[in-house]
Amino acid sequence: MINLSRRKLIASGLGAAAGASGLAVAARLAQKYGLVPPDHGGIYGLGETLTYASQRLLTRHSLAREFPRSKISPRPFPNELAPLTEEFKRLQARSFADWRLSIDGMVHQPASFSMTDLKSYPSRSHITEIACEEGWSYIAEWIGVPLSHVLKLVGVLPQARYIVYFSMEPNTWDSIDMADALHPQTFLCYGMNGGELPVPHGGPIRMRLPRQIGYKNIKFITRLTVTDSLKAFGKGLGSVAAEYGYAWYTGI
Amino acid sequence: MLAIVSGDIWADGDEMATFGSAQVPAEASVPSRASTVVTKPAPRHSALIRVTHWITVLCFFALLVTGIEILISHPRFYWGETGTVLTTPLFQLPIPSSRKLVPTGYNYVLPDQNGWSRALHFEAAWIAVLTGLLYVIFGLVTSHFRRDLVPTKADVSWRALLTSFVKALRFQRPSAAEASSYNGLQRLTYLFVIFVLFPLVIWSGLAMSLGFASAFPWSVTLLGGRQSARTIHFFVSVALVLFLFVHVFMVCLAGFWSRTRAMITGRIGTRKEHI
Repeated sequence: MINLSRRKLIASGLGAAAGASGLAVAARLAQKYGLVPPDHGGIYGLGETLTYASQRLLTRHSLAREFPRSKISPRPFPNELAPLTEEFKRLQARSFADWRLSIDGMVHQPASFSMTDLKSYPSRSHITEIACEEGWSYIAEWIGVPLSHVLKLVGVLPQARYIVYFSMEPNTWDSIDMADALHPQTFLCYGMNGGELPVPHGGPIRMRLPRQIGYKNIKFITRLTVTDSLKAFGKGLGSVAAEYGYAWYTGI
Repeated sequence: MLAIVSGDIWADGDEMATFGSAQVPAEASVPSRASTVVTKPAPRHSALIRVTHWITVLCFFALLVTGIEILISHPRFYWGETGTVLTTPLFQLPIPSSRKLVPTGYNYVLPDQNGWSRALHFEAAWIAVLTGLLYVIFGLVTSHFRRDLVPTKADVSWRALLTSFVKALRFQRPSAAEASSYNGLQRLTYLFVIFVLFPLVIWSGLAMSLGFASAFPWSVTLLGGRQSARTIHFFVSVALVLFLFVHVFMVCLAGFWSRTRAMITGRIGTRKEHI
């Protein structure tokens, strides 16, 4: 004989209702403050959202750990590359003199930059670790122009929420939110350990985000699009990686 | 007629510290409306402990399987800050890898499962950590730790510990009295797992998060670097798996169904297997 008391029934009913409305309010607030990642759907959406939201609250302005020059890894490991395209090889043959990086979307002034243009802007560097989701990592000096500098040049519209970046490699693009785009350590990176950025490491130019995992640091960047929504890009998950089940946000 | 009410979440065994004696909580001796006498013996494990236990079990298996999946994409371990296939590992597990650039000695590459494995690993970690937090708060508020897990002086005398240990090694079934309380060796083991191994595996896991490390750089430096954190994470996980084996083995030894029933319904079995 099960004795399910009325008090207990009412208490658990109220508890469930409070929990449900609490969750609904939390979801609404999270959406409002940009704490929901584009790949929040599906069975792993809860984990992705908790990670992204908590790290956004905790790490909006925190800086990736930097290291002394003596800690630079003597042999940086360039990960596997897809075969280079004919177009890339043509540009490489002319030392990337014709490489262009274009910026469009929600900006006052769409623009296109040559490597010489980009290198004429104040150059910054940091000695940080790049870590692959597989588990390995190395430290290098990364040289480039902060993405925020270039965004300032083109004038980002106030409603902008994401920067989508495209690689010359076919079907390779990713995106970041404005917190990462304006972060002082986020570089359009064209140099490494005092020299040019070698092609196996993404030369002439790659995205460098020291607070996110390696695969987010896309190589061979040719185009940036400023947008307020990621819905129109691919399947709307924010990156090609996310379409293959790899998280959009990789601060973890 | 005896109806047993499974304990509600916040009612714990306080009023029934001497389970098995004639002592019965006052409220339970009042006849219910259906004119049956409802006794309410305190459950062996309170409802919250039972629920958090099984959530942790689910999370543990999810974390273990996905952890192994992530591991095989780079079954090499390093000490310090960095490490790649171009540097000397501390050791390498003799297993095939899901990445072809890892030199394993096997001439095949396993399929890449890292996408969903990472997603499930972190999701299960979130649920496990939140569940653990709830459990710890509950344990402190209800004196569960003090009463059920902190051993008495007599419990942890070398003699008592040795006796428990030898009994376990001889595969001796625990006495009936041990069905309602833990011996000193069990208490120390559970405290070690709850307050040393779990915090360490969470810490070393978080230290591998680049975002978390940017906000709390000491979380990595104190462990000796990113790769040290990864190696520590591996060894603590191995320790947790060893605990799981011993734990399940001891449960089997004591009577798998009676012990498992106690963790599901809260009731201690009174079947023969127990005597």
